[in-house]
Amino acid sequence: MSAVTWARRRSALARFWQQYRRQRAGVVGAVVLLVFVVLAVITPLITDRTGMDVTKATGDKMAPPSLEFLLGTDESGRSILLMILWGSRVSLLIGFLSALLSMVIGTVVGIAAGHFRGWASATLMRITDWFLVLPSLVLALVLSAILGGSTSTIILAIGITSWASTARLIRAQTLAVEARPYIERSKALGAGHWHVMTRHVLPNVAPLVLANTTLQVASAIVAESTLAFLGADSGQASWGQLLRGSYDWGAATAGAWWYILAPGLCIVAVVLAFTLCGRAMEAVLNPRLRGVSR
Amino acid sequence: MNLLSLEDVSVTYTIASGEVPAVRDVSLTLDPGEALGIAGESGSGKSTLAMALLRLLPRDARVEGRIVLDGEDILAMKWGRLRAVRWAEASIVFQGAQHGLNPVRRIGEQIAEPLLVHGLAQPAQARTRVAELLEQVGLPAWRSRSYPHELSGGQRQRVMIAMALACSPRLIIADEPTTALDVMVQAQVLSLIKDLIASHGISLIMISHDLSVLADMCDRLAVMYAGRVVENGPSHEVFHAARHPYSGALAAAFPTVGDPVSRMAPKGLGGDPPDPMDLPSGCSFHPRCPVALDLCSSLDVELWPAGREGEGPHTAACVHVRPDLKAGADELGSPATETGADELASPDAETGGDDPAAPSPDSERGQGRGEVVAAASLETAARDERAKETS
Amino acid sequence: MSTPLLQARDLHVEFSSRGRRARAVDGVNLAVGEGEIVALVGESGCGKTTLARTLLGLERPTSGTVLYGGQPLTYTSKALKAYRREAQLVLQDPTGSLNPRHTVYEAVAEGPRIHGMANEEQVVAEALSRAGLRPPERFFLRYPHELSGGQRQRVVIAGALALNPRMLVADEPVASLDASVRGEILALLLKLREELGLSALVVTHDLGLAWNIADRVAVMYLGRIVESGPVEEVLKEPKHPYTQALLSVLPESPERVVLSGEPPDPTRIPGGCRFHARCQVLASGAAALAGVDSRCRSELLEVLPAVPEAQAACYYADTMAADEAVVR
Repeated sequence: MSAVTWARRRSALARFWQQYRRQRAGVVGAVVLLVFVVLAVITPLITDRTGMDVTKATGDKMAPPSLEFLLGTDESGRSILLMILWGSRVSLLIGFLSALLSMVIGTVVGIAAGHFRGWASATLMRITDWFLVLPSLVLALVLSAILGGSTSTIILAIGITSWASTARLIRAQTLAVEARPYIERSKALGAGHWHVMTRHVLPNVAPLVLANTTLQVASAIVAESTLAFLGADSGQASWGQLLRGSYDWGAATAGAWWYILAPGLCIVAVVLAFTLCGRAMEAVLNPRLRGVSR
Repeated sequence: MNLLSLEDVSVTYTIASGEVPAVRDVSLTLDPGEALGIAGESGSGKSTLAMALLRLLPRDARVEGRIVLDGEDILAMKWGRLRAVRWAEASIVFQGAQHGLNPVRRIGEQIAEPLLVHGLAQPAQARTRVAELLEQVGLPAWRSRSYPHELSGGQRQRVMIAMALACSPRLIIADEPTTALDVMVQAQVLSLIKDLIASHGISLIMISHDLSVLADMCDRLAVMYAGRVVENGPSHEVFHAARHPYSGALAAAFPTVGDPVSRMAPKGLGGDPPDPMDLPSGCSFHPRCPVALDLCSSLDVELWPAGREGEGPHTAACVHVRPDLKAGADELGSPATETGADELASPDAETGGDDPAAPSPDSERGQGRGEVVAAASLETAARDERAKETS
Repeated sequence: MSTPLLQARDLHVEFSSRGRRARAVDGVNLAVGEGEIVALVGESGCGKTTLARTLLGLERPTSGTVLYGGQPLTYTSKALKAYRREAQLVLQDPTGSLNPRHTVYEAVAEGPRIHGMANEEQVVAEALSRAGLRPPERFFLRYPHELSGGQRQRVVIAGALALNPRMLVADEPVASLDASVRGEILALLLKLREELGLSALVVTHDLGLAWNIADRVAVMYLGRIVESGPVEEVLKEPKHPYTQALLSVLPESPERVVLSGEPPDPTRIPGGCRFHARCQVLASGAAALAGVDSRCRSELLEVLPAVPEAQAACYYADTMAADEAVVR
C-alpha cells in the first residue's frame, strides 16, 4: 500500500515541479539560491578560516580587486571574498532559522485563532495586532540588547518580531478551510480540536505556509543585516556586519567601492532570489492565485 | 418554417491530453412558439449545446455542423450580427442568478443596457420599458433602483428573465433556470416563464436534469446521453412511455407522489456516466443499460422512428426500437453473456417499453450463458451490419 | 409505544443574526423510532438543518432536550464523543464533505481512528462494501476527485457506517447528485435499514424523496413542525394548507397553489398561526367561512406532540376534522 502512496506523492511532486518550471522568475531565483547555498556549505572545504583573523591577514589595507584578492581587501587587509563566503553561512543560517521560528509561531497562532471562537480567538488576534503595529526593528534591537549578542539571540529577536503577518494570513486561510463541509463531517465523526487542526487545517494551509516562509527568509536576511548595521550583531562575520565595517572605516569616502558593493549586492541577490521563489511557489500552490501569473 | 434548426452539430473541446467530444452529431428543430426541453445528466453535453447555439463557448471549443436561426447560419455570422442576434432574437437565462448580475449596478440599468446598446430605445423610453418588464416578471417598478444583493434568489431570477425579455426575443434559452431555488420559488419562476412564453409567442429551449419539470414545461423533449440525443419526442410520451432505457431511468428517478409503484422503491441507474474521452464501444449507454443485448456493445443504433401512430414525431436510438436488427441478433442465438447486463437486468427495470416483440432479458440470458464463440461471431455480424448502414 | 431511539422534546434553538434574534427552531417535538426512516421536509430557512444539527449534538439547544434512547444528551466532550458512535451525519454535498487531500481509505478510516477502533483496515473494507463500493480494496487509494458524485456520497456514507451507528441523519443526501444516481443512494439507505436496522432522519425539500423511502414525514415551517404522520396519509391527504401547497407545485399535480411572497424569515415570525400571511385557505375566505380566521391571525397554536399518528397544526383543519366527526 505504501508503495502506491509514495508513487502518488512522487507524481504530486512532479506536478508541482512541472507548474513551477513555467514560472521563469521562480526558476532563476531557485538557481541563484542554489548557488549561494552550495557555496555556503562548501566554504569550509575550499577556504581557510585563518584568513578571517585580523592578525593573520596577508593583503594590503583597502586594496582594490586584484587577481590575488578577487573582491579586494578590507581595512585590515583581509580578503572580502573570503569574508563574503564565511558571512553567507551566518546570514543564511540566521535567515532560515528565524524564518522557521516566525513561521512556527505564526502558524500555531493563526490556526488557533481561526479554529477557536470567542475570547480565545479574540485574545490571540489582539496580540497579533499588537505585534503587527509595533515597530519590529526597534523591538528586535531592544530584544537583542537585553539578551546579549549571539547568533541565537538574533534569531530569537527576528523570529519573535516577524510572525504577526503570517498569523493573519494563516488565520484567514484557516477560516476558509473551517467553513468547508468536511470539517463538519469530521466533527460529526467525533473529532476534537486537535484532530481537526492537525488533520484537516494544517495540510490545507501548509502550501501557503511554505510559500510564506520562503518570503520570510528574505525579510529575515534583511532584518539581520539591518540589525548588524545598527550594531546589534551576533559577534560573527555576517553580510550585515561587513556593511557595517565598510561604513565604520569610511569605505565610501576612501573610494573602496568593492567593500560596500560586494556585501550589498549579495544581500540584494539572495533576498531577490528568495522573493522570486516565494512568489512562484505562491502562484503554484495558492489555489486563489493559480493561473494568474504565468 | 422552423425557427431554429440544428444539423449534425458537434462540439469538441481541445485540452492538454487530447480532444473531448462534448456534443456529437446533434440534429434538432424548433418551431416558432414551441418549447423544447433538453434533459441529461451533468456531462451529457446539454449545457455545451445550449451555449453553442449562441456561440458562447470558450475558444478551445470547436463547433461543427449547421445552426440555423430564422434562416441565418449562426456559425457563419459576423461578430457584429451575432451580437445583435444574441439579444434581439435569442437570449439566454443562466442557472446562477447570483452571478449573472453585476453587484455594483442597479438592476434597472442592467435591464436597460441591451436596449441602449442596440439603439432600440432612448434613455427615457428605456426607463418606461424597464418598468414594464419588471411588472411582467412580477416585480414592482421601484425595484429598478435596487442592487442585486437587496433581492432574494427568486427575485434575482425574475430580473434575469426581465433582462432576457428586454429586446423582445423570439427564442429564450433557459439553462437550469430554477436549480438552487426553493420548491415554492421554483414553482413561481416556472409558472412565470410558462405564462410569458405563451403570451408573447416566444419559443423556449429549457435545459435541466429534472425530466419531470421539463415534461411539465415543454411540448417536446430531447434526452441527451454522452453528447448525443438518444430520444426525442412529445414530452408526455417521452416521460411516461420512454422508448430509450436511459430516458426511462431519468423519468423514474423523480417519483410521482401517491404512485404506489414508487413507494419504498427508489429507482436508479447503476454505473457512472462515461468519460467522453473514452466512450464505450457500440451504444455508449450499454454498460449501464438494464436491457442491453450482446450486440449493443458493438452496434451503435442511430435515432429511429419510435412513436405511436397518430402522435408527433418520436425517435429513439435504441436497438429495442429496431425489430429488424434485433431479429438478426435472435437468429444468431443472442446470448447476453455480458456480466454487466446480468447484474443490471431485472424484469421490472424493463423500461425500454412496450414492445411485445422484445424478449425479456431473463429468457435471453437463459439461452446460452458463456457462449463466447457465438458472441464473437455475433459481434462480427453486427459490425457488418453497421458498415452496411453507414455506406 | 416503546421508547423512540432519538427524540426532541420542546426544542428551541436561537441565533442572533445581524442584531436580531432568529428563532431557527421554535418548539419542536419529534421522535424517530428504532429502524424507522423519517423525512423532515421544508423550504430553506425553515430551520430543518438546524434541527438536524441539534439532534446530532453539533448545536446546543437554547431550551428543550434531545433524548437518545430515552436519555437526555449530555454536552460534555466525552459524552458527545460516545454519542457520535450512535448517531452519524451525511451531508448534502459529497464533494465538499470529503477532504480533497485524503484518500478514500483515510476518509473512511477517520472515524475509526478518532475512536481508536481495532482492525481498522477490516472495518474500512466492510463499511465500503456495505455502502456498495465493491471490491473495497479497489477504492482505498483513490482520491475524491477521481470518483463520480454517487461514489463520493457512498464514501461519505461508508465513513458514517464505519462507526457502526444506529442512526443516520442525512441532510439533503441526494440534492446535489445526478438524477440517475439519486435512486441508487436512496435504495442504499433502505437497504441499510433492512440489513442493519439503521434508523434515519432524512432532511429534504423533496417530497418525492419522502415518498420513495420514508415511513413518516414531518413538514416544517418557520421553526415548527406544522404537520406530521405516516407518509401515505400525509402525502396523499395533506391536512395543513402548507403541505397542500408544497404537494401542489410538484410537476404533474392537477391543480397548483403557488404561494406568493418570500420564503419565511426566522427573525420575524408572525403572530397567530405562523403561516397565516401566506395561507391560501385564509386568503380564499374558506377559513372565515369556518369561523376560524380571527384565531388564525391572533391566537398562538399549540406545539404538536411527538406522536406517530397523522396530525396538523391548523385551526381550519381542526374544525374540518371535527365537522367530519359530527357528520359520522
